[in-house]
Amino acid sequence: MFNEEFETLPRPALEALQLKRLKAMVERVYSRVPFYRQSLDKAGIKPEQVTSLADLQRLPFTCKQDMRDSYPYGLFAAKMEDIVRIHASSGTTGKPTVVGYTRKDIDTWSELMARSFVAAGAHKGDIIHNSYGYGLFTGGLGAHYGAEKLGASVIPMSGGNTKKQIMIMKDFGSTVLTCTPSYSLYMAEAAREEGIDFKELNLRVGIFGAEPWSDSMRSEIEAKLNLSAIDIYGLSEIMGPGVAIECQEAKQGLHIWEDHFIPEIIDPDSGAVLPPGVKGELVITTITKEGIPLLRYRTRDITSITYEPCVCGRTHARISRMSGRSDDMLIIRGVNVFPSQIESILMGIEGVEPHYLLIVDRKENLDILEVQVEVDENIFSDEVKHLQALSHTIEKEIKDLLGITCKVRLVEPKTIMRSEGKAKRVIDNRTIDS
Amino acid sequence: MQVEQISIFIENKSGRLAEVTRILGEAGINIRALSLADTSDFGILRLIVNDREKANNVLKEKGFTVSKTEVVAVEVPDRPGGLSEILLALDRKSINVEYMYAFVERCGENAVIIFRFDETEKAINALLDNGFNVLAGERLYSM
Repeated sequence: MFNEEFETLPRPALEALQLKRLKAMVERVYSRVPFYRQSLDKAGIKPEQVTSLADLQRLPFTCKQDMRDSYPYGLFAAKMEDIVRIHASSGTTGKPTVVGYTRKDIDTWSELMARSFVAAGAHKGDIIHNSYGYGLFTGGLGAHYGAEKLGASVIPMSGGNTKKQIMIMKDFGSTVLTCTPSYSLYMAEAAREEGIDFKELNLRVGIFGAEPWSDSMRSEIEAKLNLSAIDIYGLSEIMGPGVAIECQEAKQGLHIWEDHFIPEIIDPDSGAVLPPGVKGELVITTITKEGIPLLRYRTRDITSITYEPCVCGRTHARISRMSGRSDDMLIIRGVNVFPSQIESILMGIEGVEPHYLLIVDRKENLDILEVQVEVDENIFSDEVKHLQALSHTIEKEIKDLLGITCKVRLVEPKTIMRSEGKAKRVIDNRTIDS
Repeated sequence: MQVEQISIFIENKSGRLAEVTRILGEAGINIRALSLADTSDFGILRLIVNDREKANNVLKEKGFTVSKTEVVAVEVPDRPGGLSEILLALDRKSINVEYMYAFVERCGENAVIIFRFDETEKAINALLDNGFNVLAGERLYSM
């Protein structure tokens, strides 16, 4: 472990630390951030009334919209002269959300990312090939600082230029890869075309995040890239990568670093806190951040939490792998559909590659779901009936699991756009009209 | 006695077939026989060509999904009832024809039909037992 004392802190001590830090945080935002003074006043809570961790539930939520409304620096709780770094999330709609870090915030982030690297199975002496994008996106620099804090050799690749990535990975002897899960498969495909076998490379660990992925995709990645694939979680609003990480010992849920963040799972509709084990929206309160501390930030990520002890010895709670986002969830004829569910179904069918695209349309007031699947050599047949049987199998499995009727369209390889960052899995044409 | 056919997956949209034939033409590959099975979404183009390896490689390089299949080429007497005799002989042995298509060139006085069976060996034996001429691949590719 990178920081064994804190990572294995007994729960009573951990919770006492959380409460102490929470109190200080509420004081800080109340006195420094007009938005929080107003929202706490409106909720009728004074900072001194926070006396137990249970009081957290009385505090108001912070939403992404609140960050947009405070664009760019309205939620900062530190003076601009103390902010040493600014990041922003890609604004899919409207303005980006802006976050600022003090020197101490950068140190904390580096440590949590270093802890995450160790939990994933990396160590000093590793050559970390960092293919997360460098720039406003937190992925690149977040992983970079963590790798340096760990004392590993970091290759600041950033995204794109896949052929060069593979050449460097091979020639520089990279042992750890960090990128999005979909980009790792894109690399595997590109390497195959170059005639390079991942078994010849030194890669041992892959740390993949920034988009939800399934356990079946993990098996696919581990087989194709010949490494141990670890899920990492983070978001720029809270910090960046390294908020939570799977441990290599269990690969059963992601440890969220509770000495810096307090997680809650809520019902996204009612806002009520849900008990451990129940799926809901992840809400995070930062308790050590100076630049832009957030109270009860609604991540829109759907997960559940467990406080059961882990075989690795860390005492920090684990969140299950993200099963989607409450805001990318598709509602098709009244049925909730996560793209990751369809991905799991596809991956469960022998020979089917995880290259798929969901297209949702509305025809005559009826939602139509088309699932495009690429035909590669594993599933291709010279006989029409075999390909039609495959389409029907996929349609039936989706119907059985999700209860929706869809149309499977078989398409030529590489007709579905490969992105070098987050994969585009859904085209929802219904939103154009509304 | 089997003939190697290459099959190509093509989406049912304009220009894809032209693209396949353009790639083959530019690689100097001659198409000896072809059949296109199509559905509303996709088609399967099946070809007998003079250079299978090269055709396979150039199409794969261009990103097409290609497979190889063993088919059977049979000489058919070029007169009414010629094909019927062959199909009856196969039916007597309960051999199912998955699909079939005609070869471009004639073989002497006879036409040539390409058959895809689910039980290829059994079909070849039934044809030979009934006195039909099954053409070897090498002969066909160079016809």
